[in-house]
Amino acid sequence: MAAVFARALATSPHAAGPAPRATQDPAWVRWTLTAVALLFLLFFLVLPLAAVFTEALRRGLGAYFAAFRDPAALASIKLTLIAAGIAVPANLVFGVAAAWLIAKFKFRGKSVLTTLIDLPFAVSPVISGLIYVLVFGLQGWWGEWLLAHNLTVIFAVPGIVLATMFVTFPFVARELIPLMQAQGADEEYAAITLGANGWQTFWRVTLPNIKWGLLYGVILCNARAMGEFGAVSVVSGHIRGETNTMPLHVEILYNEYNFVAAFAVASLLALLAIVTLVLKALVEWRHAQSRTL
Amino acid sequence: MKVKPLLLGVLALAASAGASAKTVELLNVSYDPTRELYVEYNRAFARYWKAKTGDDVTVKQSHGGSGKQARGVIDGLPADVVTLALAADIDAICEHSQQLPKQWQQLLPNNSAPYTSTIVFLVRQGNPKGIRDWDDLVKPGVSVITPNPKTSGGARWNYLAAWAYARRKLGGDAAAQEFVAKLLKNVPVLDSGARGSTTTFVQREIGDVAISWENEAFLVQKEFGADKYEIVVPSLSILAEPPVAVVDRVVRKKGTAEVAQAYLQYLYSEEGQDIAGRHFYRPRNPTIAAKYAKKLPPLELVTIDAEFGGWAKAQKTHFADGGTFDQVYLNK
Repeated sequence: MAAVFARALATSPHAAGPAPRATQDPAWVRWTLTAVALLFLLFFLVLPLAAVFTEALRRGLGAYFAAFRDPAALASIKLTLIAAGIAVPANLVFGVAAAWLIAKFKFRGKSVLTTLIDLPFAVSPVISGLIYVLVFGLQGWWGEWLLAHNLTVIFAVPGIVLATMFVTFPFVARELIPLMQAQGADEEYAAITLGANGWQTFWRVTLPNIKWGLLYGVILCNARAMGEFGAVSVVSGHIRGETNTMPLHVEILYNEYNFVAAFAVASLLALLAIVTLVLKALVEWRHAQSRTL
Repeated sequence: MKVKPLLLGVLALAASAGASAKTVELLNVSYDPTRELYVEYNRAFARYWKAKTGDDVTVKQSHGGSGKQARGVIDGLPADVVTLALAADIDAICEHSQQLPKQWQQLLPNNSAPYTSTIVFLVRQGNPKGIRDWDDLVKPGVSVITPNPKTSGGARWNYLAAWAYARRKLGGDAAAQEFVAKLLKNVPVLDSGARGSTTTFVQREIGDVAISWENEAFLVQKEFGADKYEIVVPSLSILAEPPVAVVDRVVRKKGTAEVAQAYLQYLYSEEGQDIAGRHFYRPRNPTIAAKYAKKLPPLELVTIDAEFGGWAKAQKTHFADGGTFDQVYLNK
C-alpha cells in the first residue's frame, strides 16, 4: 500500500490527465514565450544537428561511407565500444549497490558517500583526466613502479577506460537513489517476513521496482561514455589508430582538413545521441504505463 | 622479482630467434603541421626497412602542439622518436624526465634537424590589406592570427622572427619589445597550436593575415586553392630547425633502438629529403634543395643561435614565466 502511495506521489502531474491552466497570462505572452523557446531550440539544437549531416553528406554517400573504411576510424569506433562496454556495466553494478546502500540503510558517513558519488559531476573533465596523469604518469606517484612492471595505464586503453568510468560514475546511482528512497523499504520488509533471503528479495522485489529507472540511468551513462572528450583527451596521447576514441578522432580529422570524414564520424555520434533520446522517451513512456497499472 | 624479467627476456630472445621476419612498431610523437609529411615518409621508410632487413615496420603517429606533445612524453607517452617543432621542447624532455642524453642535438647531422622551414605570412586573395613586411602587421586595423607561444612551437618561431626584424630595423631590444607588443595588440585569438591557428584563419575566416610555418602556408594553398590564399615572404625571417631525436629510455625498453635510429637517419637520405621537399619543408641536402628552390626561394634568415644565443636562453628570456611574452601580453 505504502509503495503504491509513494508511486502516486512520484508520478508527475501531467501524467494524471490534462493539466489545469496554471497562468492567467494573455495570449500574446504565452505565444511569445513559446516562440522564443522554439527559436532557441532551432538555433542551438536543430541547426547544428542539421549542419553535421549536411557537411557529412556534402560529397555524397560514397565519400560518407569511405570515412568508415579508414582503419583509424574503425579503430576509434572499436575503442569507444570497448570503453563504454567496460565502463557502463561496471557503473551499473556500482550504481545499484550504492543506491541500495544509501536508500535502504542508515549508517554513519552516508551523506559523505552521497556527496562523493556526485564528485565526477562537479569537477571539470579535464581535471579528471589530469588526476590520472598525476597518479599513473611517468612523473606521477606510481609511474616508475608501473614502468618497471611493464604495466601501462595512461596513454593506453586502461587509462581511457578509467577516465570514462570516472566521468560516467554518478549516472546510474543518481538516477536510482531518489527512486529507491521514494519507494521505501516496506516491500523488502514484507518479502523478508515471508521468508525470502537477501538475494531473492533483490531479484524479485527490488529489481522489478527499479528496472525502468535503472534502464534510464544506463542509457544516459552509455551516451556520456561514448561521447566523453575532455577527460579522455588528457589521458589518450592521441596515437592514431590506437588511443583515439570517436570524439578524439573527429577532432583529428577536422584538424587534417578532412571535413567530410570528420563530420561523417560526428554524424555517427549524433545518430547515437538520437537513438539514445528515442530509447529514453520509450523507457519513460513504458515507465509511466507501468505506474498507471 | 629479478627472475621474472630475466625469464621474459630469454623467452623474447628465443621467440625472436625463431621468427625470420618481425613486425616492429614505432611511435613517432610529432608536432602539428607534420601530419601529411609523416604519412608519406612512414610508407617510404617501411619499404626501405623491409628491403634492407626483411622486417615489417609500422609507425604510429601522434600530433599536437609541440609543447603539449613534449609534456605527454615527459608523462610517459611511449615515443620511440620525437620529431618536434624546436629544440627547447626536446630539452624539456631531457630536463624533466631524463629519457634521452643531454647532448641529443649532436647525435645527428645539422643540429639533429633533417629539414628546416621558416616563417611567412598567409593572406587572403588579392592581399586586401596590402601586407608586404613585418611593419604592416603592427598597423592599426590589421588583424593578425598567430598561436600561443606558451604551447605552440610555431608561435615561438613567429615571435622571435618578429623580434629579430624589429631589433635590426629599430635598433635594440627595448624597441623590439615595443614592436612585438604592438603586434600582439592586433591578435584577436591565440590558439594552442599552429594547426588550430590555421583553422581559425581558413575555416572561421578570422584575421587579415596569419603568421605561419612556410610548409603550413603551402599546405593551405594546396588544400583550399592557390587562388584563395597568397603567401607573402617578409624581407627577413628566421631559420626554423625542427629537430628529431630517439627517446633512449623507451627504445631500450622496447628493444627498438636500431630501427628508431634508422628511422631518423633515413630522413637525411635522398628519398627522405625529397619527401620533405614535396611537403614544403626545406631539405638540407643541397642537390634536393635546388630542386625545390623555385617554390622555396632563398631569403635572409637569422638563426636562433646567432641572434638569440640558442634555444635555452631564448626560452628563458622570452617564454618562461615572467619573460618578455608575459610582460607584453599581460599588459595588453
